[in-house]
Amino acid sequence: MELANIEQLIEKYENAETSLQEEQVLAAYFQQDNTPVHLLEYKAMFGYFNESKAERFTKTIPLKTKKPYWKWASVAAAAILLVSIYTINKPGSLSDQERIEAQLAYQETQKAFQLISQNLNKGESVAIAGLQEFQKTQNKVFKNN
Amino acid sequence: MQQTEFLNTVLPLKDKVFRLAKRLLVSIDEAEDATQELFLKLWKNKSKLKNYSSVEAFAMTMTKNYCLDQLKAKRSNNLKLVHSNYKDNNISLERDIEVKDSVSKVHELIEKLPEKQKLIIQLRDIENFEFEEIGKILDLQPTAVRVALSRARKTIRQQLIKQHNYGIS
Repeated sequence: MELANIEQLIEKYENAETSLQEEQVLAAYFQQDNTPVHLLEYKAMFGYFNESKAERFTKTIPLKTKKPYWKWASVAAAAILLVSIYTINKPGSLSDQERIEAQLAYQETQKAFQLISQNLNKGESVAIAGLQEFQKTQNKVFKNN
Repeated sequence: MQQTEFLNTVLPLKDKVFRLAKRLLVSIDEAEDATQELFLKLWKNKSKLKNYSSVEAFAMTMTKNYCLDQLKAKRSNNLKLVHSNYKDNNISLERDIEVKDSVSKVHELIEKLPEKQKLIIQLRDIENFEFEEIGKILDLQPTAVRVALSRARKTIRQQLIKQHNYGIS
């Protein structure tokens, strides 16, 4: 850019009438090396502005994302309590499957008991027959006396 | 405002906030503390941020107010003595080493400007805000911003010329 133009822009700049674009033109101009002596102050100014723009915040920003966990903990505890009370107090809560199995087991045991009692009856009748035989011989002995 | 939205829109402003805080508070440590403090505040109020048309301008306004409050508190706490000590040290140190770097001189000169002009130079020449935005941030008319900016720019230049001539003669 020509020096005359730059000088014009500089004047506008001093009066704070330049747009951001025009200020960028000036900043770019003063980054070059061949600055006339009477504009050296602006070179220093724009140099400083440029330098300042590059400054960064290097520390970390601690953003607390801590939420009140205990609130949810109490909700969970209450839920667990309710569920456990419900399941403990629930009466006769057997499923169909379990009921059928229980019935089968009951029938099986009943069969087994019946078998035992039939065989017991058989043994009893044999024993009674034996006893009668014993009675006969006893009678014979006591008659003979 | 959700967490990810905050990270994408507000967090990138951290450098601007830091630079503005440093401009006003001078010390890097204080500027860093202020930045952390301000972002914590923004984070806590992230649900309200969408009510503002420009989060950037809002963050700048917050930074300005916070730093000016800090400065006020410092002045009333008699800490001015510490501050001026710090300043004096800086200048004498520079004299000792005889650094003739005009770029660092600009920094000094901006430091000496009134707070309003300091803020405007920072927002315009370093952060490149439009006059309307600066007016919003500082609660000023755009024309008032222009007048103050013009004054600040002229002061910096004149002081530089003065120092320059002093150095020659």
